[in-house]
Amino acid sequence: MTRSLLPPRSSSTLQGNVFSRFFHYYANPGRFLHMGTRVQPYLTYSALFFTFIGLVWGLFFSPPDWQQGDTVRIMYVHVPTAILASSGYAALALCGLFSLVWQHPLANLAAAEIGPVGACATALCLVTGSLWGKPMWGTYWVWDARLTSVLILFFLYLGHISLIHAFEDQQHGYQAAAILALAGVIDLPIIKFSVDWWNTLHQPDSITLTKAPTISSSMLWPLAFSMVGFFLGFCAIVLARLRAAILERRIRNLLFPSHHQPFNSR
Amino acid sequence: MTHLPFIVASYGITLITIIVLSVGAIRRLRRARAQLASLEKITHQS
Repeated sequence: MTRSLLPPRSSSTLQGNVFSRFFHYYANPGRFLHMGTRVQPYLTYSALFFTFIGLVWGLFFSPPDWQQGDTVRIMYVHVPTAILASSGYAALALCGLFSLVWQHPLANLAAAEIGPVGACATALCLVTGSLWGKPMWGTYWVWDARLTSVLILFFLYLGHISLIHAFEDQQHGYQAAAILALAGVIDLPIIKFSVDWWNTLHQPDSITLTKAPTISSSMLWPLAFSMVGFFLGFCAIVLARLRAAILERRIRNLLFPSHHQPFNSR
Repeated sequence: MTHLPFIVASYGITLITIIVLSVGAIRRLRRARAQLASLEKITHQS
């Protein structure tokens, strides 16, 4: 019989709604590892499936744009990486909040593993955006509000990674990085609304939560597959890195018992 | 002016980054698992 991944309802230590029960239950690194091992293959294979379908559909079977021609196909990698860059940073800030307020044992490790992957997504967003900009705008880079705010996001990611490794006592590094992650959240609405607030070279969003998409469904579907695939891939890579980080912490604790480092030490 | 090199470069850089990140994560996980298993073996023996 397989065990459910949901926490037991009857446990007296677990109070509150499903969300908080889930986070408290999986605060235990052993339980999280067990859950991660079971979830990893589903996450990985579904990410491969969606990404493959999205990219092949976008590259070979979606129609060219009436204005941009085939260059619009860069959208199928640029938009998912742009969404990952922002949502990855939101996850980083959430980890910071969980670490500073609730001292969640895995929040610091998760933030340390999300940071480099989010920085790569942001770098990809900037590079693919530049490669899209050159044939369309005639230049790789302009100091446009959208581009500049995403560049700031990239620097925030780099700052977060650097702060984690900047202190001799790693807990101080985690704490400083968590504060930076929370302060940097201000950049996310600036990125989102920069195209509305300022007159930018970057086009306004084609997909929003409040309005109908302004792109054809023949382009929207491959883009949706690509976005889901990239999101699942991001989760799969972060999960694998986090599982490795938990095991590495166990190894350090076994090798150097005198320097035993609990997951939420302060 | 053909735009093909820009499209190929975008997809190429994205795929290479994804592969590097994925392989790095898998190798790190395997190394940690193997190290922990051998350490636990030594701990049980002693």
